[in-house]
Amino acid sequence: MINAVGTPQSLLLLGGTSEIGLAIAANYAKQRPLAVTLAARPSPRLDAAAEQLRALGATVRTVAFDARDFDSHPKVVAEAFGDGDIDVTVVAFGVLGDAEQLWQDHAAGVEAAQVNYTAAVSVGIALAERLRAQGHGSVIALSSVAGERVRRSNFVYGSTKAGFDGFYLGLGEALRPQGITVTVVRPGFVHTKMTEGLKAAPLATTADKVAQIAVDAVRSRRELVWAPAPWRVVMSVLRHVPRPIFRKLPI
Amino acid sequence: MEPGKYETRRLTGWGRTAPTVASVATPTTPEDVIAAIASAGPRGVIARGLGRSYGDPAQNAGGLVVDMTGLDRIHSIDADSGLAVLDAGVNLDQLMRAALPFGLWVPVLPGTRQVTIGGAIGSDIHGKNHHSAGSFGNHVRSLDLLTADGSVRTLTPDGPESDLFWATVGGMGLTGIVLRATVALKHTESAYFISDTDRTANLDETLEVFSDGSDDTYEYSMAWFDSISTDGRLGRAVFSRGSLAKLDELPKKYRKDPLRFDAPQLLTLPDAFPNGLANKLTFRMLGEAWYRKAPKQSRGQVMNLTAFYHPLDMFGEWNRAYGTHGFLQYQFIIPFSADTELRSIIRQMAESGHVSFLNVFKRMGEGNRAPLSFPQPGWTVTVDFPIAPGLHEFCARLDEQVLAAGGRLYLAKDSRTAPETFHRMYPGLDEWRKVRHSVDPDGLFTSDQSRRLGL
Repeated sequence: MINAVGTPQSLLLLGGTSEIGLAIAANYAKQRPLAVTLAARPSPRLDAAAEQLRALGATVRTVAFDARDFDSHPKVVAEAFGDGDIDVTVVAFGVLGDAEQLWQDHAAGVEAAQVNYTAAVSVGIALAERLRAQGHGSVIALSSVAGERVRRSNFVYGSTKAGFDGFYLGLGEALRPQGITVTVVRPGFVHTKMTEGLKAAPLATTADKVAQIAVDAVRSRRELVWAPAPWRVVMSVLRHVPRPIFRKLPI
Repeated sequence: MEPGKYETRRLTGWGRTAPTVASVATPTTPEDVIAAIASAGPRGVIARGLGRSYGDPAQNAGGLVVDMTGLDRIHSIDADSGLAVLDAGVNLDQLMRAALPFGLWVPVLPGTRQVTIGGAIGSDIHGKNHHSAGSFGNHVRSLDLLTADGSVRTLTPDGPESDLFWATVGGMGLTGIVLRATVALKHTESAYFISDTDRTANLDETLEVFSDGSDDTYEYSMAWFDSISTDGRLGRAVFSRGSLAKLDELPKKYRKDPLRFDAPQLLTLPDAFPNGLANKLTFRMLGEAWYRKAPKQSRGQVMNLTAFYHPLDMFGEWNRAYGTHGFLQYQFIIPFSADTELRSIIRQMAESGHVSFLNVFKRMGEGNRAPLSFPQPGWTVTVDFPIAPGLHEFCARLDEQVLAAGGRLYLAKDSRTAPETFHRMYPGLDEWRKVRHSVDPDGLFTSDQSRRLGL
């Protein structure tokens, strides 16, 4: 159960090697004894992530999860909930890809859309069923400012995140009466493996800082946060910039 | 019960934290309650009274919650023996109004009268008179418990199933649902208190007043203390101590109607307080005003119930003042011998940056047989903290010190501690679990709190 100060006892990370997701798990594990389920494709990286969390005192188990195998999702989610209630679920899987390749290479574009959007909807629906049955719980959905106004420079990724963002905001509305909070987190540029080699954008941040923002948002049951917070203002302006001008901006 | 009597509701405790959703049944007869628990699904069932526990004991996420306030009949009150036969949903305010005309007084009153009989037993509540009268369970002569198998057992404190009686007292509703209880009320000549007030300047003086033997001359005793000042004023207190007035102690104007129920309410707070209003500045001002409005010393003042006992009841729904983020109440008890630890904990509270205005300090007397009952001889301190970042870590550090000093937390107040910590605080837990397991092997009776603490 999440306690009065917003700290969970159990956490499910879908995308078990996501750096931001693991940073959230680590943040909670440092506060209170935590049971963590990491759902990801088996790999040495997954094992290493599990070890790191164990070193913080968490009990960790792993569940095999392939985002592209949609049909398996209800079973994976059921398995994750098999040991009891899950207080916080983090939806953190996704691919960034090469922006120019994604809109010109059919297979690559479709895969990005499937992993980032279709799979997110697929696990979201499976999750909702479990969460409604247990009558409590929080979901952290890792979105992106890239989805808030999709721009030419990475529009395939941006469009998948726009869809993702809309779905989880809507899911939050649907689950509100059932006592479940969905928190959509929109980070900007985060220094992680996914962005390695890319030029850091303004307001760049780290996985630990995004994790702290997500944890604070769950505690106060907020439904939408930006990481870092100034992105909210920046995006609010950018959203309203007329297209001919937006096109000319160096973003 | 007809399906129409179930309703999906979002529930919290009095601290308004950690809401969860359950199906709520509102029975009006014992038969309804039996039917309701028979309909419980895999997530079990828990009884709920007036929701004055601060945390999550009367919530059951995804399961069934039985709202017992519809079973509110007072079956009988015997003016001579003082025995009252009551449905579990009767509340203490209602009981007090009914019993006073017979010269009878509710033997244990907590900081609010908005508590049901079932809740009073389940939490084994205590009041300002714990050192002289013990906790609520000490005054229960028998109770009817609906257990998981659908049967109703009548239990007494010394009867054949006395283990189950004492597992139910303080058992947070996890042994079954109390349907009815016989409670021994106390004879009184008036509904007024003869009260003494003392104001101390610092923590040393406060502990001195508690330790000089004067406390035992009062039936009722507690102190409000300053937990914010980091200078020499930390721990300064306003003592409010007294006893129920005998007729010949009352001034003439009260003697005409000595058993009058005199408990005014000024207003009900609206649900419109912003988060963050409860802060260091406002609390410092309130605390200063509270301290200064008390006389340095007064003796033999006649006070009504609200003035002496329930000043907070002047403000209905006062928990709303903490905003939507809510608050938690941290109540612990540590043995008298641990006064060094007590000082250290109070100092840490003042230095923590977490601020509390409602601070209660009390000397407790002997505990009872109930394995999960909170009171034991020692100091109990109660503070209310608004929910804020870092509060979890701070309270976890306090837990460790309370535990190391041989103390513990109170289940009716707890909303955040870890299972391991709680288990170490209550060595009687295993014994309690055995009794519970014998009547509810599948864990039909379950709550958010029992899930959280692995009870």
